[in-house]
Amino acid sequence: MQLVSPAGNLPSVRAATDAGADWVYFGLRDDTNARNFAGLNLDAAAAEAAVRYAHARRVKVLLAVNTYPQATGADRWKRAIDTAAELGIDAVILADPGLMQYAAEKHPGLTLHLSVQASATNYEAINFYRERFGITRAILPRVLSVAQIGQLAAHTQVEIEVFGFGGLCVMVEGRCALSGYVTGVSPNTCGACSPGSAVRWQPTPAGLESRLNGILVDRYTDHEKAAYPTLCKGRYDVAGQTYYAIEEPASLNTLELLPALQRMGVAAIKIEGRQRNVAYVTQVTRVWREALEACARDPERFTVALDWMDALGKLSEGQQHTLGAYSRPWK
Amino acid sequence: MKLALGPVLYYWPRETVLGFYHSVALAPIDIVYLGETVCSKRHELRFGDWMEVAETLAGSGKEVVLSTQTLIESESDLRTLRRIVDNGRYTVEANDMGAVRLLAGRTAFVAGASLNLYNIESIRFVATLGASRWIPPVEMSSAQLTNLVPQLPAGLETELVVYGRLPLAHSARCFTARRFNLQKDACEFRCMDFPDGLPVNTREDNPLFTFNGVQTQSARVCNLVHALPEIKKVGIDVLRINPLRAHTLPVAELFRRAIERPAELGPIAHELDALTGGPACNGFWHGAAGMQALSPAGSA
Repeated sequence: MQLVSPAGNLPSVRAATDAGADWVYFGLRDDTNARNFAGLNLDAAAAEAAVRYAHARRVKVLLAVNTYPQATGADRWKRAIDTAAELGIDAVILADPGLMQYAAEKHPGLTLHLSVQASATNYEAINFYRERFGITRAILPRVLSVAQIGQLAAHTQVEIEVFGFGGLCVMVEGRCALSGYVTGVSPNTCGACSPGSAVRWQPTPAGLESRLNGILVDRYTDHEKAAYPTLCKGRYDVAGQTYYAIEEPASLNTLELLPALQRMGVAAIKIEGRQRNVAYVTQVTRVWREALEACARDPERFTVALDWMDALGKLSEGQQHTLGAYSRPWK
Repeated sequence: MKLALGPVLYYWPRETVLGFYHSVALAPIDIVYLGETVCSKRHELRFGDWMEVAETLAGSGKEVVLSTQTLIESESDLRTLRRIVDNGRYTVEANDMGAVRLLAGRTAFVAGASLNLYNIESIRFVATLGASRWIPPVEMSSAQLTNLVPQLPAGLETELVVYGRLPLAHSARCFTARRFNLQKDACEFRCMDFPDGLPVNTREDNPLFTFNGVQTQSARVCNLVHALPEIKKVGIDVLRINPLRAHTLPVAELFRRAIERPAELGPIAHELDALTGGPACNGFWHGAAGMQALSPAGSA
């Protein structure tokens, strides 16, 4: 299985390349990608340097153009596709059918990967994108169980890529407007979820409060560790109980599932975290490279090394791990 | 403008559903969307039951559309999908690209809101595959629709949700079961206890979301009645109402009156506000946060 690592800037591209990624993915500095955060992503010059650096070391480069072109300003997305073709990017990650059509017609040599933002959770959908636009790989939303992934992979020629580690969307990616409902900014329309500009931290006698566009997402007592107020990870009141009503703040970590994923023919493991720093990219890439090699060598006797878990644990959101939907304790 | 009733998003007992559609048959509604779009475990009505409801409604002059499930994960979900697609009689609303694959080139279909059609190229693409109507994503604003509608292929209708709670997200996880510490596979169908969904409030008692099993909806009801003149000007063809347990048909009647007698919009809107009870929202239409209630549509 191949390793696909994130990069939010040129140093991270170098770090991922050096630490053993097979692919590095990043976005351009605008709303054409789903990590449209201030100070993040690469401009055209940095992207060119990134391609040069990675290609010199036989690492492939992906450009995420994975938001939905809006009714006005759609040219920006087309320009991003043209840029990818000009820079010799190995594949673009797309969610929008109109944009896939543009890429397939204008740049027939450009390889297309189906973004997780396209919400393709079944093989009929994935095969649809293959027939219409020739996608060669699909990244699956983090809502399927391991068994469902196996079933899906058996019914398509499209390569399957799954998330292995990092932040966790509990909703089907591409079908979540919680952030839009509260802030007016969402992944589909603006490339950002629960945007930093809407966040307010307020110390109060009852504890530290995190708010998003005025909405109280969570309140922490002194001994609780505060987390970023992503809407799906807040504590709310439902029928008389206050709890993490949607999901606890925890990171996805699927190291222990590697043999199963390999057996099912999963082509690649994706690491989330383009918004994270160089140290994160280096550490996570290194651990996963080691794990993937161990699994490829001897899947029967593969075990998760303690020092891998230690290293990853320090990098996790809330320092907790979960297998997410892959294993369904709640099922 | 035509008036449509979206599928019932909640899990109601069989008799409630049948009684509801019995009344719908007599209501001033042109198009009725039917079927379970949220959770494959819900089985109060089976495919055959839905087809019977469809026949009754078609018999009373309604255009019937069968809606497909939004999140399709398993082989069994796909079997259900194929049955709907192959129904042989009614138009299908595709709520996943898997459904579009099965419908493409075979028969006219409705392109649902969860297909994420945000731009004219994508809309034209589904039109070439046979879409005869499309529903914009929940977040789309009037400014975007004003830009898109004039560019639409001839004959492609636009349908807009003008009333009801807004489906905001879908997950594999059931949040209703989670609240009651039940596993999804043994959920005891607790969502049936909440015919209008399970309210999710902030710790300041501010209504935020509504849990409907694997679907998360807005807490507030979206009400665009105040924007009707603008909606008409934009060129929307069909107005959709998302059913709630109470007042859905009176709401439909008010929208019907508002369409037919635009001069009476003020008092009609006032009546609708009264039926809605709590504050409504219209932020997405105005290009703002969806939960907001902005004038003139807010509380004019």
